[in-house]
Amino acid sequence: MMEEMTTLVTPQMEASKGVWHSFERSFPIAASDIRRWAIAAYWGAMPPRLFWDDDYARTTRWGGIVAPEDFNPFAWQLPRDLTEEELRLQGAIPGEETRQGDNILNGGQADIFGARMRPGDVISSRSRLTHWEEREGRNGLTLYTFNETEWTNQNHELVKSRVLTLIHY
Amino acid sequence: MTAFFEDIAVGDEIPAFVRKTTFMEWNRFAAVNEEFVYVHMDDEAGRAAGQPGAFGMGNLRWAYILNALRDWMGDEGEIRELTMQFRAINQKDDILTTSARVVEKSDDTDGAALVHLAIDVVNQDGKGTSPGRALVAVPSRTRASARSGQ
Repeated sequence: MMEEMTTLVTPQMEASKGVWHSFERSFPIAASDIRRWAIAAYWGAMPPRLFWDDDYARTTRWGGIVAPEDFNPFAWQLPRDLTEEELRLQGAIPGEETRQGDNILNGGQADIFGARMRPGDVISSRSRLTHWEEREGRNGLTLYTFNETEWTNQNHELVKSRVLTLIHY
Repeated sequence: MTAFFEDIAVGDEIPAFVRKTTFMEWNRFAAVNEEFVYVHMDDEAGRAAGQPGAFGMGNLRWAYILNALRDWMGDEGEIRELTMQFRAINQKDDILTTSARVVEKSDDTDGAALVHLAIDVVNQDGKGTSPGRALVAVPSRTRASARSGQ
């Protein structure tokens, strides 16, 4: 019989609380990255010209194409070996036994948007685990982790600050 | 279209952004966001996670709310903050409808005209899946405009 877990909090979490990590730098944002993002997000209709028509975008307050606020410049970074913790954050894997805590849902997010992202921008990112809460839920022992991420551009302007809530059960 | 501060009233509902979410919508979004997570791609993984099958990405609902805000404000507006809780799962073939209601108008210290909205994404059963709030800066005919483009 599987032993009942009493906590999903790991020593690694305790050690990393509040410590900035995952320092990353994006490839330069391409206009085609922005256009494709907008097409996907608006699929079923034409995306706004601000995201793909530079002639139009230059007539707006933005002075050129900008990215949607939710554009992710860190999609399609070069692959690398993932740590065990990063693999677990991928969630349940078909055909493999799921351990308690391996199921992960996005519980929500809170963003503050700053400077718009533009073609040519290079975005730097850093993250930290700020705190967590653990309680019994409908799926048993459930852990809520709160993770802060900051993005800045090459001019050291804040692009976005996000607090992400992940639900582990 | 541009939404001007003076034309906006507390209680206004902004036009909805509506999409039926099939694998076509999910896969296109996953491809640009590199969001290849088994539970969003594979029914077996979705069932292992306690759901009827593969389920949708919260980030796509997030995108739909941003789309609705932009379509309403126009390109001179600016989305400053967005908060959303993912309270219910987006199942395949759900018809999602954004909801956003003006709850407050205010000024920022830099003179920007701010509009606060209560937001949600509602499914075809009328169930709210993603409550939250948004803060946007919109142009004003009578006061200093939102901060200049950056």
